[in-house]
Amino acid sequence: MQDYLQSFADWITYTVLGLVRESPLGSSVNFFIYDSIKVTLMLAVIVFCVAIIRTFITPQKVKRWVAGRTEGVGNIIAAMLGIPTPFCSCSAVPLFIGFVESGVPLGITFSFLIASPLINEVAASMLFAMFGWQIALIYIVSGLIIAITAGIVIGRLHLENEVEEFVYKVKLHDLKEKSMTWNDRLIFAKNESRDITLKVLPYILIGIAIGAVIHGYAPADFLVNIAGKNNPLAVPIAVLIGIPLYSNAAGMIPIMEVLTSKGMAMGTALAFMMAVIGLSLPEMIILRKVIKLKLLIIFVGILFLAITLTGYLFNIILG
Amino acid sequence: MKIEVLGSGCSKCKRLFANVEQAIKDSNITVGVIKVEDLDAIIERGVMLTPALFINGKSCQRYFR
Repeated sequence: MQDYLQSFADWITYTVLGLVRESPLGSSVNFFIYDSIKVTLMLAVIVFCVAIIRTFITPQKVKRWVAGRTEGVGNIIAAMLGIPTPFCSCSAVPLFIGFVESGVPLGITFSFLIASPLINEVAASMLFAMFGWQIALIYIVSGLIIAITAGIVIGRLHLENEVEEFVYKVKLHDLKEKSMTWNDRLIFAKNESRDITLKVLPYILIGIAIGAVIHGYAPADFLVNIAGKNNPLAVPIAVLIGIPLYSNAAGMIPIMEVLTSKGMAMGTALAFMMAVIGLSLPEMIILRKVIKLKLLIIFVGILFLAITLTGYLFNIILG
Repeated sequence: MKIEVLGSGCSKCKRLFANVEQAIKDSNITVGVIKVEDLDAIIERGVMLTPALFINGKSCQRYFR
């Protein structure tokens, strides 16, 4: 399929638009057409499949599946459930309270809270489209390991006192769940796929356009000295810059593709992306309502360490 | 009929509110939509994911989104 797509991009660029092969402009335009079609198609398909899975998972079920689990098993299940289930940052508080209220241990709750934004299908499918399945798999597996270990560490620190007292006093009544037919699920998935793809499309196109310009014009070793493997500070600095930033993966990954092709180390780029999507200032402010400052700082600190270590690790493995 | 949209005001909550209003308009019924933005009130309902839609006090929420 990629060959057809490349022929199509070539045909548009060199035949229809009449641009010169090997010229900076021709190579930029060709890159833009090829990448944007490929990424959009892949995104729509993967988001559709993940949305189908999501119709089987409700927060009430997640709560039931992880409540009463022991450390380790519980963290693994919570982190895996976090993959197909995104929540917008304003749901962080009700989710947190719902988990704690039904007796889910703190560490397991955090495994879910970390995995959910950190590992998402938009980022995974874009990495798949632009870097290949190996990098997408590395992203998912390392995200899981970060969520599991960070959750276990937070659980071991016994920080139950660092949760705001009112959280323990909340009594929730269980909501009844409606059952769905397969037709409902397909409609949901179709709508999700359309909505999400259309929503992130402008970011993808802008990202790829910026990427295309750099691709065509910047020299190949442009970033080697600043963000290459030989600068040991590149990873922590990238993560520090990334943590407060609030952006979606859609606009970042196309730029990441170009940055890496111009010499940025892959591990550094992955760590930067994880920091941007895994943690954000709005999420921290919202979480502060249910956890005390000390736990919030520990949470952010552990994630910073975990993501930085992952970045170094991949710079070594992939380097 | 009592229709409520629960959510603390993020873009998804606003979109659900707009969709509900549109749906009411399309089906030619006259009923107001109540916005519940207070976090305590939302939690009290047992809601774990916002936005949530309640009709006559019953949750219509089905899945993560």
